[in-house]
Amino acid sequence: MIFKLSIFTCLLAGALAAQSDAELQVLPVRLASAANGAIYMISGDGGNITVQVGSQGVLVVDTGLAPLAPKAMAEIRKLSKGPIHYIINTHVHPDHVGGNEAFTKMIPPNRAQPLLIIAQENVLNRMTTPVTGSTTPPYQIGLPSDEYFLPFKDLHYNGEAIIVYHEPKAHTDGDSVILFRGSDVVSAGDIFTPDGYPFIDLERGGSVQGEIAALNFILDLAVPADKQEGGTLIIPGHGHLCEEAEVVEYRDMIVIVKDRIQDMLKKGMTLAQIKAAQPTIDYDTQYVSANSFVKTDQFVEAVYKSLGGK
Amino acid sequence: MKARIATLLCVLALGPANRLVFAQVDFSGSWNPLYHEDYPERFPGPELADYAGLPINAAARARGDAYDADRISVVMEYQCRPHGSDYSMRGSANLRITKDIDAESEQPVSFKTHIGWMEEERTIWLDGRPHPPDAAVHSWAGFSTGVWEGNMLTITTTHLKPSYLRRNGIPRSDKAKVTEHWTRHGNILTVIVVIDDPVFLTEPLIRSENWMLDPGQEFLPQSCEPAPEIPAPKGTVPQHLPGTNPFLHEVADWYGLPVKATRGGPETMYPEFRQTMGKPERVPEKCDRYCTCGMNGGTCDLR
Repeated sequence: MIFKLSIFTCLLAGALAAQSDAELQVLPVRLASAANGAIYMISGDGGNITVQVGSQGVLVVDTGLAPLAPKAMAEIRKLSKGPIHYIINTHVHPDHVGGNEAFTKMIPPNRAQPLLIIAQENVLNRMTTPVTGSTTPPYQIGLPSDEYFLPFKDLHYNGEAIIVYHEPKAHTDGDSVILFRGSDVVSAGDIFTPDGYPFIDLERGGSVQGEIAALNFILDLAVPADKQEGGTLIIPGHGHLCEEAEVVEYRDMIVIVKDRIQDMLKKGMTLAQIKAAQPTIDYDTQYVSANSFVKTDQFVEAVYKSLGGK
Repeated sequence: MKARIATLLCVLALGPANRLVFAQVDFSGSWNPLYHEDYPERFPGPELADYAGLPINAAARARGDAYDADRISVVMEYQCRPHGSDYSMRGSANLRITKDIDAESEQPVSFKTHIGWMEEERTIWLDGRPHPPDAAVHSWAGFSTGVWEGNMLTITTTHLKPSYLRRNGIPRSDKAKVTEHWTRHGNILTVIVVIDDPVFLTEPLIRSENWMLDPGQEFLPQSCEPAPEIPAPKGTVPQHLPGTNPFLHEVADWYGLPVKATRGGPETMYPEFRQTMGKPERVPEKCDRYCTCGMNGGTCDLR
């Protein structure tokens, strides 16, 4: 398993870093109002980065891949020259925390209000725990300095309440969903990746049941405007800016696949038989492409094992 | 003399631009859909598991087979949705088109469509603006731009939310690109819709609809509030597990069709498919479903 972990980390970081020459896109998500700051989404290779800018300064959700950190910071600086006071990490994977170290070094020290890096405590634990057999040392810089262990943590910044909710055993065991309450924006991390199957990281505490519960929670937070459109905006871990409807589509896909595999398990089918039965056949063309990080077999296996399959 | 020459040159220079504007067709007005084509599918709605004539792949077919209409009653978020704008043009609601003109240049900037069903609004930009980046939010109407090809307006729509090709569970993905060709002949508007969907189609799906100008048309406001119609535990998604859908033969048996024909696929779009589609398993003694649908202006009933 340890070997798998290090392989995973290398594959993820390597595959994504190889594309680090690609440009980043900056998308306005919510314009500033008299009360709230503005919210932007930076996307490209690596995980999406949420940026909130306002009169107090800058708050960033996730820092993307390490090699892209200078580019990401340059884009953030085009949005605001204000002090960066907060980084929130949605989870531990290197395409979301990879830029922490570089960001920490690029952000000038601020005695009045030093940079805080917020994450659920399992993120810190996993970032600082050496992985036996891995040549990659644990992170030393850019570690969460303001980890939380209760169901949620809240703060008020740039004129609005920001609530960081822990979603246990979803994509990993340290996932956070961030609600910008005034702006009506949710930053979902890799719980929601509308262009690909979820990566249910069993080795890091993820499960399909938790993934579904987390998506249901995001649906609870999201309120569409008229005719099931507009209203709450959802920034996914990867992929385009979404609304509630896309989360419904995604949640339903996972529930349907989970129900099918559960039914097959009840019939005593083995993993090989379940894979052969193609329980995701109607979703593969939508969620799997040549560049997909999660392939069909990997998703089916994660669901199978989450449901107790051996 | 010089002033006259300059004026003449200006007129000549402006001429082509003016022709471009005024040669364009004005689609503004209220339009009533005509159901000469595919009346039963469009008006009462398609039968379950009828995929005939759709160039779908195995993924779309499996999605349709798993579809349980209870999903709309249980998952409230499916209620109160407009159709995707590609399907809206095929629905049963009336259509109003207005034109926006730039006050300074007198150039048309956009057409706006208003569909009665869920009051769906769409803007078709004519000013050459680009489509948004891939990362931008999608909508039921999508983002549409139009260009003139003679008297025909060709519209390209992207950034659509996931919707359906047929209202029986056959999906259309958010990666689809929709091309429309609008032409007007007197009081008749003809819309040809071409859907390219790399996720669910093996070749483009092409459909046409006709509309008749109806200046006296009135649109009523539509309000809609989702409500749970079937109690179910949170997160329940009604579906037919593989191999358990009892309705897959229904449409074939009702209409005396070979099951193979109802399963869809590109081959079912073409006339030569008749040579290979086989025989029906059951032929009803008499028509007992939607027998007069659309005939002589009649409506559909189950007798």
